[in-house]
Amino acid sequence: MLKPTENPTNCFLALFEVHMSTSPTKAGEASANVPDAAGRFGDFGGRYVPETLTRALDELTVEYEKAKHDPAFQAELDELLHNYVGRPSPLYHARRLSEECGGAQIWLKREDLNHTGAHKINNTLGQALLTLRMGKKRVIAETGAGQHGVATATACARFGLPCVVYMGSEDVRRQAPNVFSMKLLGAEVRPVESGSRTLRDAINEAMRDWMSSVEDTHYIIGSVVGPHPFPMIVRDFQSVIGRETREQSLERIGRLPDLVVACVGGGSNAAGMFYPFIEDREVELIGIEAGGRSSQPGDHASPLSFGEPGILHGSYSYVMQDEDGQTCDVHSISAGLDYPGVGPEHSYWKATGRVQYTNCRDDEAMKGFDALARCEGILPALESSHAISKAMELAAQRSKAEMVVVCLSGRGDKDANEIARLKVKASS
Amino acid sequence: MSDIDRLFTQLRAENRKAFMPFITAGDPDLEFSASVIRELAARGCSMCEVGIPYSDPIADGPVIQASYTRALDKKIKLAQILEMLAGLKDVSMPRVTMVSYAIIYRHGLERYVAGTKAAGVAGAIVPDLLVEEADELAEICRREDFSLIQLVTPTTPRDRAVRIAESSTGFLYYVSVTGITGERTKLPPSLIENVGWLRQQTDLPICIGFGVSQPEHVKLLAPVCDGLIVGSAIVRRIAEAADRPRAAVLKEVGEYAANLLAALEARPD
Ligand SMILES: Cc1ncc(COP(=O)(O)O)c(C=O)c1O
Repeated sequence: MLKPTENPTNCFLALFEVHMSTSPTKAGEASANVPDAAGRFGDFGGRYVPETLTRALDELTVEYEKAKHDPAFQAELDELLHNYVGRPSPLYHARRLSEECGGAQIWLKREDLNHTGAHKINNTLGQALLTLRMGKKRVIAETGAGQHGVATATACARFGLPCVVYMGSEDVRRQAPNVFSMKLLGAEVRPVESGSRTLRDAINEAMRDWMSSVEDTHYIIGSVVGPHPFPMIVRDFQSVIGRETREQSLERIGRLPDLVVACVGGGSNAAGMFYPFIEDREVELIGIEAGGRSSQPGDHASPLSFGEPGILHGSYSYVMQDEDGQTCDVHSISAGLDYPGVGPEHSYWKATGRVQYTNCRDDEAMKGFDALARCEGILPALESSHAISKAMELAAQRSKAEMVVVCLSGRGDKDANEIARLKVKASS
Repeated sequence: MSDIDRLFTQLRAENRKAFMPFITAGDPDLEFSASVIRELAARGCSMCEVGIPYSDPIADGPVIQASYTRALDKKIKLAQILEMLAGLKDVSMPRVTMVSYAIIYRHGLERYVAGTKAAGVAGAIVPDLLVEEADELAEICRREDFSLIQLVTPTTPRDRAVRIAESSTGFLYYVSVTGITGERTKLPPSLIENVGWLRQQTDLPICIGFGVSQPEHVKLLAPVCDGLIVGSAIVRRIAEAADRPRAAVLKEVGEYAANLLAALEARPD
């Protein structure tokens, strides 16, 4: 327990003054002015964690507020995003893919061209800078597909921070190239053997590490999940995707897109893409969850499509739970979408009707992967392939004059071996 | 007054301290859990914390995690746990559940409190429910005269600790370490001072848990608190029931508890 002099600020009270409060979730009224001081996006979000973590979360909230209004912080992050990540990422008109579908024009927001090959780096650089600002000496992270692990290891190497990444042992197998990269970058990868040995268990293990190490360690969470303020911070750092897309659309076609599509695991690439469009009511937003093998429980990872609101990993959001409150095992071909929960802001967007959510099965995602590879010469990540596949379906139903933007959240090199394995299995 | 309030009133009148073992319901099975609770009561334990198995316990170390996994692998449900607890109404030692808010929320707050109370449970410890998220449950507990025990940790700022103490009922759970559950050989040196400070801020009984497992811990901590909670050390012993004669394991758990109880009673006053 802290003595009064050690208490950094009276964070809790201070917070109430900074934010405006929101009213409970109502259909059709999604606001961009969320979350409130308690971390609520309408009814969703909040903070359901052990007391041990409260002070670190309050400290992070306060430090982030300060950083947000500090031009030096913004300048440093912008410089990194430009010269290190290679931003802005291009908005690419996929003409052959559009022709193939015979409908709306498909444009790709090329997050796959970022340094480390996915959108995850946008968040890890921001959080690494926060780590330094807070004077913390060590970083931990969880990873599913390994993209967030690689992006965290990269940011830590760049700033000289020791880094430990927790990864389910099933994902260590599925995403071996990323495990190797993390090690090359100097990170320690700790395989997690508990539960389903996937992303959810990696988050549990990272949280447990943080319970003991919280005084000198920052947990760089990889998606818009977890207790407040993580869902807000990760959304804000990822919003560069949607802001650029907005500007690029205006520049290239003189208007906003008609439809924006992104895949939803924890929901960070989708949140970053959607958030800057939330108040542009004419832009339709569609999130694609992992439909897995079927809509049967255990066969998919689509809490927004098939789950119910509940608590997992520190926030209140849609989740796949049994009737006793135990988290269900889920399935997806893609490690980055293989998660039973989803960020609370997506639950809010679903409840308000601002974003439509649907899902894409494993086999459909594979078709999306093949189509993009063959028509455009781009290997998408399996996660992003879900969005590609659904966007193709949606584009086919629309006129040629319409513009569909897909968030191509990552590149597929990491998946090549797993896809080869699945193709051999399918043909034998 | 809940059974827990009555317990501490009595212990204080006798100038004694509480000893509270933790067990995981359904590990290795519910029948054995019931036997362990009876054994602990017979040995003179003051209260038993009954852990409701949860799939994603982030405050728990490997020993309790593994016990939850074993219980869940056997598909043990809350309804069955409550049935087991309801069969212990002749046992006067109070029981509280240690339960994730994920489970309480899923069952419904009212339903959880009413259901566990009907099974003879006196209160709940909800390790992932922070004081600012607890209003709704606290209100229901107040109405039902059911204790909602809140936690203070080494990272809790002092003004916040006071606020938590004000809203906790039954007792205040002081978490000894910055970390997860599990046996420790050494406890943090600042522990005594912190609990001593807290002692001056509230009349609520203060019990210390996490890491406590040895008679030396008990002797050291008893003078500054109202009770001690021992979890992983008990759960580890029970875990051995799977491949050994149950009577032997029961005896061993009982003797271990008796040993710590003796250390607690022996303290010079
Ligand atoms: C390329 C890619 N896209 C999407 C995801 C899913 O995460 P999120 O929903 O947070 O964007 C991942 C996660 O690992 C990923 O690597």
